[in-house]
Amino acid sequence: MTDIQHAGALGRPVTADRPPGLLHNLFVRNLSAKVAATPMVVIVLVVFIGCTLWSLWFSFTDSRSLPNGAFVGWEQYERLFSARRWRISATNLLTYGIFSLVFTMVVGFLLAVLMDQKIRFESGFRTIFLYPFALSGIVTGLVWQWIMNPTLGLQSTMRGLGWTNFTFDWITNTDMVLYALLIAGTWHGTGFVMVLMLAGLRGVDEEIWKAARVDGIPTWRTYLQIVLPMMRGVIVTTLVIVGSGLVRTYDLVVALTNGGPGLSSEVPAKYVINYMFNAGNLGQALAASSVMLAAVFVILIPWIVVEFGPKKAR
Amino acid sequence: MASIAATIEPFGPRPRPFFTPTRIIIYGIIIVAALYYMLPLYVMITTSLKGLPEIRVGNIFAPPLEVTFEPWVKAWTSACTGLTCNGLAPGFWNSVKITLPSTIVSVFVAAVSGYALVNWRFKGSEFFFTCLLLGSFIPYQVMLYPMVMITAQLKIFGTLWAVILVHTVFGMPILTLLFRNYFASLPQELFKAARVDGAGFWRIFFQIMAPMSLPIFAVAIILQVTGIWNDFLFGVVFAGTQNYPMTVQLNNIVNSAQGVREYNVNMAATILTAAVPLIVYFVSGKWFVRGIAAGAVKG
Repeated sequence: MTDIQHAGALGRPVTADRPPGLLHNLFVRNLSAKVAATPMVVIVLVVFIGCTLWSLWFSFTDSRSLPNGAFVGWEQYERLFSARRWRISATNLLTYGIFSLVFTMVVGFLLAVLMDQKIRFESGFRTIFLYPFALSGIVTGLVWQWIMNPTLGLQSTMRGLGWTNFTFDWITNTDMVLYALLIAGTWHGTGFVMVLMLAGLRGVDEEIWKAARVDGIPTWRTYLQIVLPMMRGVIVTTLVIVGSGLVRTYDLVVALTNGGPGLSSEVPAKYVINYMFNAGNLGQALAASSVMLAAVFVILIPWIVVEFGPKKAR
Repeated sequence: MASIAATIEPFGPRPRPFFTPTRIIIYGIIIVAALYYMLPLYVMITTSLKGLPEIRVGNIFAPPLEVTFEPWVKAWTSACTGLTCNGLAPGFWNSVKITLPSTIVSVFVAAVSGYALVNWRFKGSEFFFTCLLLGSFIPYQVMLYPMVMITAQLKIFGTLWAVILVHTVFGMPILTLLFRNYFASLPQELFKAARVDGAGFWRIFFQIMAPMSLPIFAVAIILQVTGIWNDFLFGVVFAGTQNYPMTVQLNNIVNSAQGVREYNVNMAATILTAAVPLIVYFVSGKWFVRGIAAGAVKG
């Protein structure tokens, strides 16, 4: 009986002459559909769940170059947070991440607002603002490395033009290298934010604009106090995507500075790769990667709240 | 007629002049921003066309006085990556060998999964789909080592197959989302009619769903081609030295070069690596935008 109900609940036509048995239901019925869905199920179970749990487990071992270490509890994490290189990496990512997030969001939104003023050649401008996003982090890093080259790049150009005191050596300056990274990173990422924000702006009902105009509210206030709160969904989604991308920051740093000068532009993703494949300290690398995972989940929380949380009456 | 028209007061909103102060400011900001965004591309191209002595003068924005294509030839055929001096050409072909099959396999698998998710729901399909989406936020570094072990077990580590597998796996979330949303927007009656007529899973997919979904296939292919071409991490970990994709070789040419740094060759190599995604982007335009917007803004 239960089998029939089960099948009926799924809304599938059931072969009339023979009520399918449990095994039949599990394996034979809609066989092609099951075969087709196998990759997704396997990827979720083996890679996303299995590999993550595996990494979490081995982050509690003292594995060196092979995953065969003994269980050592939180030792790897204690070592991680007392390691100078990790502390630099983590603070760098925090500084760079916050600046980058604020910067790309604000600039992206402003560009979207400007593009929304019924300007001419809109698609042309959009193409220009978005093309960096089509480039890889490596390409972005190398171009900016060249532009910011202190001996032959922007600095020498400006000096050659007469500003002999012009200094722009951020890329080789321990204190400023993160801002060099910021320049390259925001150049790469603002177009993406702009496109999403523009889609959000276009989704706002035209009636809202008419009502605001009738009430005599100035345009900037309409944007700030009416349109922006209405775009909450788009903004949270963008924040989550950009934020979780920032945690992964890797190739841009490899190409632009390779972590230097010294350790001053190291990031966690680089720390993990270095300990995993070069320094042969797997336990340490996996502990670091687990902390990265935790950071991503902290970023995910606002999205989960908006998506699955109690819906407020508007 | 003319006299009557002259006596009627003009009505309707006053036609706005094109050059109001606000418009000028708006266009001003947009044009300045656009110039800033174009600047690196301009610098890349001009630097790659200059000779080294001209670069040493130190004006990065000056157009080349003497255009030379030598840096391009050298970047393609004989620039040194630290180990060999064969230029970027091998890396280009490696990237082609990685990108083509990875794109085809990942798009096909994701399309079929999206179709199964919409039309052939099974117990727990939505659960797995949610897991898949959440999985896309897990940093790659977390799953990297176990993936190395899996590919080593499958005896494909250090080959093109490993890279293809990894790209298929990590491309799944976004692509499946794309296809699922698209298939869900198609009228269900089509599927039901085909089902009543006795068409099976694959027949419906190949003869009804796929032909109706060419736009979303285009979006997915654009997304994957640019994404896989631009990948660095998976290439460097899984491909093995002789299969390094173009991004890895480019980074090696620029950052591990010994002796005199040839900035013009570096920039030529950078443009060559950026060329494929740039061409895809400029040719596909709106579809590229649609792809990245569809992944983020649902519905």
